[in-house]
Amino acid sequence: MLLTDLAKLINANVITCPSSPREVACAYTCDLLSWVMAKGKPGLAWVTVQTHMNVIAIASLHDIACIICPEGIQMEAPCVEKAEQEGIAVLFSEKTAYEICGLLYKAGVPPV
Amino acid sequence: MFVQTFPITRGDFDTAGEASSKIKNMLKKLGISPRIVREVAITAYEMELNLVIHSLGGELKLEVRPKSIELTAKDNGPGIEDIKLALKEGYSTASESVRNMGFGAGMGLPNVVRHCHNFHIESELNKGTLIIAGYSLDEKED
Repeated sequence: MLLTDLAKLINANVITCPSSPREVACAYTCDLLSWVMAKGKPGLAWVTVQTHMNVIAIASLHDIACIICPEGIQMEAPCVEKAEQEGIAVLFSEKTAYEICGLLYKAGVPPV
Repeated sequence: MFVQTFPITRGDFDTAGEASSKIKNMLKKLGISPRIVREVAITAYEMELNLVIHSLGGELKLEVRPKSIELTAKDNGPGIEDIKLALKEGYSTASESVRNMGFGAGMGLPNVVRHCHNFHIESELNKGTLIIAGYSLDEKED
């Protein structure tokens, strides 16, 4: 699934997005960063309520496709800027992590 | 041989991950296989975060040789009381505030062990800890 299609599916605001189309390979939700370090994969759509700088570091190290902030949670400007520099998409959604993952699963996005 | 050392400051969460990011980019530029780059980057990140969270400060060193890569994390204390426990998945001595940031899941050292080819750890209380993660570049590139 393309990142742009994913954003439509979960009715998300795309805050940053790489210029070239990006395919989402799988999805995962977790707020424990070391778990994501252990499970992360290139092309991952990662749903998390964590919004600090280290989320971007992990996303970058794993070449993650996008970070999805659920429940209207906002990410501070310096983190958004860093994500932009690293070519990582940041999406804000009003839906809960449960709803987002349910929609992605139903649409055929596999788990990690 | 290519060697680079990164000083790591205790409690500096704002820049945590930068050394690992630089290491990843250096290895990419050196033409190391993407699979090894990913493994080394994960290990470097966990080592870096361990230094930020648990040590009094230290350094992360990258050494790239023709047939191997070595990552070394060395700190100035406080040392690990029980290495066996520290290596156990789920065990952590991280503070509540660190846990609230999503760290301290007790996965750091197990992740290092899982993502390297050779692992060495030694620690002395009130002195410091030395961790070495080694990679062989002999395997066929994928």
